[in-house]
Amino acid sequence: MPATLLVAVHVFRDSIRDKVLYSIVAFAVLLMGTSFLIGQLTAGQDVKIIKDLGLAAMSLFGLFIAIFIGIGLVSREIERRSIYAMLAKPVRRYEFIIGKYVGLVGTLLVNLAIMAVAYYAVLAYMTVVLPPGAFKGGPPAMDPRLLLAMGMIAAELALVTAVALFWSTFSSSALLSAALTAGIWVAGQFGSDLRNFDQVVNSPAAVATARGLYYVLPNFAAFDIKAQVVHGLPVTAGYFAMTLLYAVAYIAMLITAAVLIFSRRDFK
Amino acid sequence: MDAIRTEGLSKHYSVGFWRPRPYIALDGLDLHVAQGEVFGFLGPNGAGKTTTLKLLMQLIFPTSGRAEILGRPVGDVAVRRRIGYLPENPFFYDNLTAEELLTYFASLFGYRGAERTARVSRMLDDVRIGGERRFQLRKYSKGMLQRVGLAQALLNDPDVVFLDEPMSGLDPIGRREVRDIILRLRDRGTTVFFSSHILGDAETLCSRVAIVAQGKLVASGTVSEMVPFRVRGWELIVSGLAPERVQDVAGPGAEVRQIADARYHLVLPDATSLDPAMGRLTAVGGQLLSVTPVRDTLEDFFVARVRQANDREVG
Repeated sequence: MPATLLVAVHVFRDSIRDKVLYSIVAFAVLLMGTSFLIGQLTAGQDVKIIKDLGLAAMSLFGLFIAIFIGIGLVSREIERRSIYAMLAKPVRRYEFIIGKYVGLVGTLLVNLAIMAVAYYAVLAYMTVVLPPGAFKGGPPAMDPRLLLAMGMIAAELALVTAVALFWSTFSSSALLSAALTAGIWVAGQFGSDLRNFDQVVNSPAAVATARGLYYVLPNFAAFDIKAQVVHGLPVTAGYFAMTLLYAVAYIAMLITAAVLIFSRRDFK
Repeated sequence: MDAIRTEGLSKHYSVGFWRPRPYIALDGLDLHVAQGEVFGFLGPNGAGKTTTLKLLMQLIFPTSGRAEILGRPVGDVAVRRRIGYLPENPFFYDNLTAEELLTYFASLFGYRGAERTARVSRMLDDVRIGGERRFQLRKYSKGMLQRVGLAQALLNDPDVVFLDEPMSGLDPIGRREVRDIILRLRDRGTTVFFSSHILGDAETLCSRVAIVAQGKLVASGTVSEMVPFRVRGWELIVSGLAPERVQDVAGPGAEVRQIADARYHLVLPDATSLDPAMGRLTAVGGQLLSVTPVRDTLEDFFVARVRQANDREVG
């Protein structure tokens, strides 16, 4: 087994024992499980609310996992000095970084799958308890297109993890890495606002800065197709493919930068 | 081929955020360690010992100079297959058990299946980690982590072992066990390079030592070159003497200190003073409880050299 894969398997094993991870996933599943109660508060919109809430929970709790466990990829190793013994082993630094990334994305995917099972279980329950005409004119409760939205959430979280990894290679503080990653995620939600900043302000400098940020920051808003899927609106295959391609390209860029920085980094 | 070789190895840092100042952690270190040696790398805190070890492990990169292990540049993956490293105050993954950690590291060295299981088990036995090997490392004491650190450093039967303060955090029994492990490694022909500020360990274990202070090499050689076995006097513990007879028995120039009741600690001033004192002791019916030669120790040499280096720095 190559060193990268060994590191990835180790990250997966280490992460799945993290109590924080259990708490996050348990809370997300609990929220989904009880979402049908919230759905009952809004007459006639039960299923849409449940679908919306479930996808939002998946996205939000996945983000917590990506950030709070993701920063442990490298920052915590440096902070606690476990990296010293590790890097003295026959592992190249790039293998270590890529292995760390692959391991955490694997952990994320497994957790997303657990949340997805809980989500579909709630929706299956709804199809049983709701009257047969409840889904007339809208998508079915067990809509397979929800998997598209989940795929986009997975791609978004893989990108967030790459951002966390990138900051981790700079900073020795896990907390700082977490703050920077969260900051980038928040800024990345406003991609279209940054692009259209000229419609809000007159300053050419501010517009140029906003436009620059638009091109540099990852556009996390592009991954959000929850509303389209829940309301049965079309999402073209081209959009889906291009967004995934965007994620892959951005991740590749961030990992390359992380490897370059990490390869020359001193661990004082 | 040397086991370890450094030439002009230096590491400079900038310290301070607003007004960075240069800080020389290591300055032009030239070191040659032959294969099969137990080499002690000594120095006070902040002398550059850990910096040197980190440079050799390529955890940091040199500002200038070069370093080789077994004739190849440090950082070469092929070299890392043949070395072991115990960092100072080691820390590992909290959520793993000692067994899992070693299994992971053994996999990185290419061990698989039954061979890996047997190796991991043997290493943990060697450092006396028993049933605790199935506990998560978060539950381990500092001394136990040190033992796990040692086990992971020896996992691949390395040709060269680097130990950064290996006795740190260990109780007297643990220190004795580490000493025994180092001696076993020496008998097997393994090169051991260890940093320490516990000079007694270096004196009993090392074939050669180097002393660093203020980032510079201030002395290197065999312990006997540094500390010739020259007796400067004798320390005696005696009993059964009346207080008024003690000074007479000890002789002129001797120091006398009462330990308890009729027990005394005598320090005789030169190498030839032992026999006459013994004669006088027997004549007055006193008893000899212990006798120890007073000689220069590595500690005396170390303190003198470090003080010289500090004085030069101040001057």
